Parts: sequence; C-alpha cells; structure tokens
Amino acid sequence: MEAATALTPDQHAATASGAPTTGGLPGGSKAHSDGGWDAREKGFIPVQTRDARFRSYAAAEFPAVTGHEVNWKLTPVGRIGDLIDGELSGAPYELDAPTTTGIDVSWVDRSDARVGVVGTPEDKAAANAWGSFDKALVITVSGEDEQELVLGRSAFGAAPRAAHTIIEAKPFSNAVIVLDNSGAASLVENVEIVIGDSARLTVVTVQDFDDDARYVATHFGRVGRDARFKHVVVSLGGSVVRVNPAITLAEPGADGELLGVYFSDAGQHLEQQVFLFHEAANTKGRVNYKGALQGEGARTVWIGDVLIGANASATDSYEQNRNLVLTDGTRADSIPNLEIETGDILGAGHASATGRFDDEQLFYLRSRGISESEARRLVVRGFLAEIVQKIGFAPLEERLNSAIEAELAASVGIAGSTLGRQVDGAQR
Amino acid sequence: MSTLTIADLQVSVATDQGQKQILRGVDLTIKEGEIHAIMGPNGSGKSTLAYAIAGHPKYTVDGGSITLDGEDVLAMSVDERARAGLFLAMQYPVEIPGVTNTNFLRTAKTAIDGEAPSIRTWVKDVRESMGKLRMDSTFAERNVNEGFSGGEKKRNEILQLELLKPKFAVLDETDSGLDVDALKIVSEGVNRAHQATGLGILLITHYTRILRYISPDFVHVFVAGRVAEEGGAELAERLEEEGYDRFLTGETAAV
Repeated sequence: MEAATALTPDQHAATASGAPTTGGLPGGSKAHSDGGWDAREKGFIPVQTRDARFRSYAAAEFPAVTGHEVNWKLTPVGRIGDLIDGELSGAPYELDAPTTTGIDVSWVDRSDARVGVVGTPEDKAAANAWGSFDKALVITVSGEDEQELVLGRSAFGAAPRAAHTIIEAKPFSNAVIVLDNSGAASLVENVEIVIGDSARLTVVTVQDFDDDARYVATHFGRVGRDARFKHVVVSLGGSVVRVNPAITLAEPGADGELLGVYFSDAGQHLEQQVFLFHEAANTKGRVNYKGALQGEGARTVWIGDVLIGANASATDSYEQNRNLVLTDGTRADSIPNLEIETGDILGAGHASATGRFDDEQLFYLRSRGISESEARRLVVRGFLAEIVQKIGFAPLEERLNSAIEAELAASVGIAGSTLGRQVDGAQR
Repeated sequence: MSTLTIADLQVSVATDQGQKQILRGVDLTIKEGEIHAIMGPNGSGKSTLAYAIAGHPKYTVDGGSITLDGEDVLAMSVDERARAGLFLAMQYPVEIPGVTNTNFLRTAKTAIDGEAPSIRTWVKDVRESMGKLRMDSTFAERNVNEGFSGGEKKRNEILQLELLKPKFAVLDETDSGLDVDALKIVSEGVNRAHQATGLGILLITHYTRILRYISPDFVHVFVAGRVAEEGGAELAERLEEEGYDRFLTGETAAV
C-alpha cells in the first residue's frame, strides 16, 4: 500500500513545517532547517512519534515557554503569558445548564476518581490549569435515548482562570453536548471526554467570546469499542483562541469524526492542533477543518497530527484542512502530519489547501445579477457549509449560519456593490 | 423595442506575453426577438465577444461601445449588466460548492427582479422548467453544477435562461459536448424562451449542428477578431458544406 510508510508533510504546509515525521529512526533522520533544536545539541534526535511527547500534570516540570517549541511556535505566546504560567483562579463559575433527563451536570472535588482518567497535559498551560482548578464540572450521559444539552457558559470573567471539565458518555448512551462559550474570558481549560463502548456522542465547543477574550483549551478524548464520537470546534470570537483536541480511538471499532469551522477577523488568532491517535485495530478517523480569514492580521493555525499505531491494523483515516483567504493581510498555517506504524491499513490520507477567493465563482454568480457582496456571502457560506451541515444538530446549524452571515456583513457587506463597480470600471 | 448595439468593439486579453488584442472592431446590432448566429474557427474571438459583453474582468475593452437601448453597458458592473437584461450561457459553467441550485436560482431571480418571487408560483415555475429540460428534481437540492455532467451543466444554464427571463442572451458554444438528445432538449429550451419573452439571441457556435434546431435570422462569420461575412441562414448551409477554409485562405492572402 502506498501510504504504508510515513509521509513527509512539508509539501502540504502553507508555511514551513517544523515537525519531521520520518517514521524510521536515526539512520534516516537529518537536521531540519526549521526550529534549530539540533544546533544546541549535536546528534540530538527530537521526539518523533506524536504520542511520545513529554507530558505531566505538574506545570513546574515543563520548561519556560519560549515560543520556539513545536506546539507553541505558531501561537502568539506573548498575548497569553499569564495563562501559560501565571496564577489562575480555580473557582467554579456560573453555568446555564437546563435540566435534561439522562444528563447529569455537577461539580466534583479534584480528588474525584474521574479526574485524570483520559488526559495528561502536554504543554505548560494545560498543566498550569490542571494544578489550579478547585472543582471539576462533570457531565454524565446515561440511558439509551438520544439527549441534547446546550451548556451556556458566559460568566468566566476577564480575570485569569482555570477550568476542568469531564464529559462521560456511558456505554450505549447517545447525546449531543454543546459547550456554548461566550462573554469575557482569560481561560485555560482541560476537557476530558470518555466515550463508553457503543456510545454515540457529539461534543461541540463553540468559541463566540468577546473580542478581547483569550482561551486556551485541550480536549482529551478516549473512544471505546464500537463507539462513535463526533467532536466539533467552532471558533468565531476571541482575541486568541486555541483549542487542541487529542482524541484516542482506543478500542476496536471506534469511530472518530473531528470537525472544525472557524472565521478569523482582523487581529484574531484562531488555532487548533488536532491529534488523532488510532491505537486499536479497525478504527475509522475523519478530520475535516475549514476556515475563512478576513482583515489585517487575521491568523489561523491548523496542525493535524494523525498517528496510526503499530496495533491499528485495518485502520481507515483521512484528514484535511481548507482555508479561504478573503482579503490581504491574513495568514493561515496548515500543517498535516501523518505517521503510520503499521502497513496493514485500509487507507490513510491527508490534504491541505489554502487559497484565495475563486474569481470564476464570483463572476458566475454576478453574471446572474447577484451583487458582489451577496455573491461573496454565498461562496463563503457554501465553503463553510460542508462542516456546518455535518454537525447534525439543527438549532446550532442555524445559529452558526447566522453567525457566519454576521461575520461577513461586518466588513465585506459594506465594501460590496460600490467597490465592485469601481473595480469593473477600472478594468475597462 | 429593445436593441443591443455593439460598435467597433476592440478587446484584448492579458497573456504571459503581454496584452494580446483579440477583437479588432466588431459591429453587431441585435434587436428584440432576433436570433443571430456567430460562427467561426477556433481562436477567432467568438468567446471573447461573449465574455466582453458579460464583463469578465480578464478581458479589457480598448475601444468601441456596447449599448443596451442606449445605456452604456461597458459602464456597468457584471451584476448590473445582468440586471439590465443580459445573460451569458457559459461554455464551461462554474461549480459553486455548498450553494444549492434552489438557493442560487432564488437569489438570482430576486436580484434580477428587485424583489423576491412569490413562493408558490416560483416553486411551480422551477419545477415546470426543470421538467421540460428533463432535469431530475434532485438537481434542485444539489450544489450548483457540482458533480453535474457536461450535458447537465448546459441544461442548468438554459434553466436559468428560462427562469431569469433576460432581454438578450449570449449562448457561448452551448452545443459543445452535447449528444443529439441533449442538444434537442437544450434547443427546445432556447426556443421556448425565445417565443415566451421575445428574447434576442446571440448564438455562438463552431458547428452548424445546433442551427438545425434553432433557426437563425442572421449569420455572422467571425475571422481573426472581426466579422468577415454576414448573411441569412443560407450562409450557415454554405459553411456546412465548405467549412472555414475559404476565410482562412483569404486571411493568409491578405497578409
């Protein structure tokens, strides 16, 4: 099989990638032009397998973050220094949790046995939060009927804060859980998600924060036997928003669909470092993130790490990221990394594309009388619709479509028709 | 009575070797209800004329004019031209991912008419037009042209023509790539639009095949960016027998 050896992702990265993924060890390894880690210690081979990264619950065990680390180098660490190693309040916050049959929402002590079942921090910010929270929020889904819970979280406040959340889907349960985040925030959060055998769980995390909010989150997930897990990251509002899902398909038959949709405006940094680990055999993984960028300084980062472990035979995996650049002055980093430790797989692939608006699409729509601003809106909505439609929770889909409309109306709409006329006039 | 007038139109296109002149002074007047066939060999500038009328940004108008009932078309943006009553059926219709045909058609109709169509009659109109073009009802919910075959894309162009009801339509090689059944279906659609609304048509084609189903009032032969000969339907018949060699030889001789 063609994909049976590790692939080098650099040709797909919109910017230089610093994560060599040569599967073989020292013999085939050589210094990478980016990062400079080999210059300090001659002959030092960095961590190469994604699941072999250093991890710890103790922030002090992580060296100070410089911004050169593989998992920080595309993040504006200067804007979140206080979250990475400053003091964080760990007090519980106010929630809007409607009572739902079959779904229990409660606060537990940090000594609770469920804390730490799935996740161990891989970076200093996550460890800082782990050491700081007083109570963990536990959402437990039981029964077999389909349940929905939209958890409103808008009272984090502007002071630096740590949060810990556990979502547990009992075997055979079936639920959609939406973490609906808004308002002010300077928050570091760890979310542990346990998907029991044969459970079906969708977790959507919506980041619709205030303009100056900062949010750094890691979602750890463990998908059990024959369980289906859909994880959706929706990032729209906030100054720096970084959500890193690390999902393990731990038992045979586990299915993971990791989706993301984001819209970055001027000055916004929206980041997601996705890690999907096929640990067990017969697992299926799909990663699909799409984003749009508009305005000076709009930034997005997507790193997609997929690891197919030595025991994960008959695995079927595909990851992709697409970005639509709407204006000058934006930057999208898109870095897919694929490591495969067994040749006995069904398939593994990755794709990445970052491109400008398709002028032919605009021309086509406008030649049918549709104004430029409306045409742009249609194209962007259409581009992002692929992900929105896959969420499978109608009320949220409608809301996201309106939110995307609002993002577009904010700047594109104003420039719209008059600009179009000037451009055409100038081209004659 | 509406009239589309093209006078001394000169158009160039940007290429790697710099600006290249394609149209070298085209004169053409199309009145409401008339069908004009533009024929000519490859590279003679037929499609350039189509795109220049529609306002594609790749083409630069260096001289001449296009007016619709006296209004300066060249001063209008692409969408303004469409709202003024011009329509281009494209040779290669563009795919728009994530935008359903239904949504696209309704948005276009609303833009052209300046108000949303009444839902009841609109749904009925769309369904009827699709039926006549033998388009499966699933095409309504599919994304615009995405995954459509060549023939399906052309039918979708004619569906828009019938629903948007322009004053003048430019059909850019609508016949290319169609088998004979699809060609008949598409031609019937064009004829329906012509009869229903008094549509003026500029039918651009390389072959005479489509002229068996759509009868032109006038035939213009395009060679090297200008009209080399004009006549009635009999000119097309002559081209059918002789091809374009006569004109190409003449061009060489003139040089």
